Amino acid sequence: MTTNMIKVENLVYKKPKLLNDNDMHYCPGCSHGVVHKLVAEVIEEMGLENTTIGVAPVGCAVFIYEYLDIDWQEAAHGRAPAVATAIKRLNPEKMVFTYQGDGDLAAIGTGETIHACNRGENIAIISINNGIYGMTGGQMAPTTLLGMKSSTSPDGRDMARAGFPLKMADLVAQLDGVCYVTRQAVHTMPAVNKTKKAIRKAFEYSMQNKGTSMVEVVSSCSAGWKMTPQEANDWMRDNMFLHYPLGDLKDNK
Amino acid sequence: MKENVQLMKGNEAIAHAAILYGVDGYFGYPITPQSEILETLMDLHPWDTTGMIVLQAESEIAAINMVYGGAGCGKRVMTSSSSPGMSLKQEGISYIAGGELPCLLINIMRGGPGLGTIQPSQSDYFQTVKGGGHGDYKLITLAPASVQEMADFVALGFDLAFKYRTPAALLADGIIGQMMEKVVLPSQQKRLTNEEIEAQTPWATLGKPVGGKPRVLTTLELEASIMEDHNLHLQAKYRAIEAAEVRYEEIECEDAEYLLVAFGSCARICQKTLELARAEGIKVGLIRPITLWPFPSKILSQYADKVKGMLTVEMNAGQMVEDVRLSVNGKVKVEHYGRLGGIVPTPDEVLVAFKEKVL
Repeated sequence: MTTNMIKVENLVYKKPKLLNDNDMHYCPGCSHGVVHKLVAEVIEEMGLENTTIGVAPVGCAVFIYEYLDIDWQEAAHGRAPAVATAIKRLNPEKMVFTYQGDGDLAAIGTGETIHACNRGENIAIISINNGIYGMTGGQMAPTTLLGMKSSTSPDGRDMARAGFPLKMADLVAQLDGVCYVTRQAVHTMPAVNKTKKAIRKAFEYSMQNKGTSMVEVVSSCSAGWKMTPQEANDWMRDNMFLHYPLGDLKDNK
Repeated sequence: MKENVQLMKGNEAIAHAAILYGVDGYFGYPITPQSEILETLMDLHPWDTTGMIVLQAESEIAAINMVYGGAGCGKRVMTSSSSPGMSLKQEGISYIAGGELPCLLINIMRGGPGLGTIQPSQSDYFQTVKGGGHGDYKLITLAPASVQEMADFVALGFDLAFKYRTPAALLADGIIGQMMEKVVLPSQQKRLTNEEIEAQTPWATLGKPVGGKPRVLTTLELEASIMEDHNLHLQAKYRAIEAAEVRYEEIECEDAEYLLVAFGSCARICQKTLELARAEGIKVGLIRPITLWPFPSKILSQYADKVKGMLTVEMNAGQMVEDVRLSVNGKVKVEHYGRLGGIVPTPDEVLVAFKEKVL
């Protein structure tokens, strides 16, 4: 006797429709894939598939447009918030978001980020903070922790020479144009669920024209950190979360 | 209908013409001598009439990337600046050219290098015509010589940009931006609806069409052979533009034994020099390139067979002269006379230079 186990009523999980079948280039243990999936789920659940324009960064997520089947513009390094500003101003009825890493958003694009937030552009910024430049091979970022080793801080980040890890979420939370800032992670299932809720809220606020939202996802980078995926997740929990504590920083309900 | 004739600055004419053309968005950052463009737009409140967006960005870098975003949606978008600000925009211009995004870029030139001066100059010819950003790209470059052309070339620039899906530049010196002249303004055109944009530019990212494929605008391609194909596609387009879009003005060239070649303000100055020369019995003509790229090489090459010499007059150290020399390919002597750093030559001194260098 054969039983068809694949029944609609038995289905508890499926891949979001907007996440296509292209092989992802991300390393084992990378957080990008999970966050991509959450963004796809939120767009799908909100019915925004034909209304959303995403702005891709330069960094590991530069190829996000290969994986999520929505309209995309690929911005120059750091300029995504400026690109998104114009898209949203010219199309106020659309959902516009940027997806950026910490090198893109907290280093070369600091000006564009701060000013888009300060103008209260009705966009959502998804910020992946893994404390390192992943794509170019693990160099020090503004977000790199003190003492953390990278290819351009081989002895560990030294505050005398390289300053301090930059907390962009804390910085933009102070700006009047910003309606929602939260810092989340995707290292456990409960954390994934919280991050999804945060992305959903940011997208809802954008569509309600409440101002700028930022969802920072503290992420691991096993390749850049030279660790196994499990070691990287543990190291993130024990070190990154101390400097980048999880939770809401601002929510103008 | 009665003509809309007004007296205004070249910069103001650009602002008026942009609104009347039905431009969707202007993104800029203040810099002398072109701030009147942003000021006039803010004063005219086009968001209340046509719905045009006007945004003062935090930097020229942000402004050009806003143009990228808006152009990527198929909207008519523009930015303006002056020389040091245009240097900042070059990264974005390269992306816009690579991504084949139509838009209008306006440079009201001042003297450089560095912070330079706020006085007029033409020293950004190389930057604009030869490509100031990285990679093999070209900008359709229009050089107005009057306030009327400042207004007219807004429409022409957008028309050409959308015809070829490529950025267009309006390159004027500070005199053309600041001087006041009579201008006949066009009638109001309607801004395009999103439905019209979807129909005319199906590549525009306005949200994935229902049942359709996602649109992706990117300038990244890691596979070199595909990137070469993209470059060849761009080059083929540039050859088509060179074949069809050359514009220039010939002034008293029929019987000319010598030619002056000048654009923008210098062409206006050279018109007076031409009169002075002809009063002395010297048969001088003037070629005024209107498109600096594509450059009017063919007509210059033809005149090289007829005239005894050419003099380019530029407010720079000799930039367009290189294109004139390439055009005539050694058939006739081509000399350059230039003033630098914001100094404007007089008709008399141009005549003296002409006599010394060419006659």
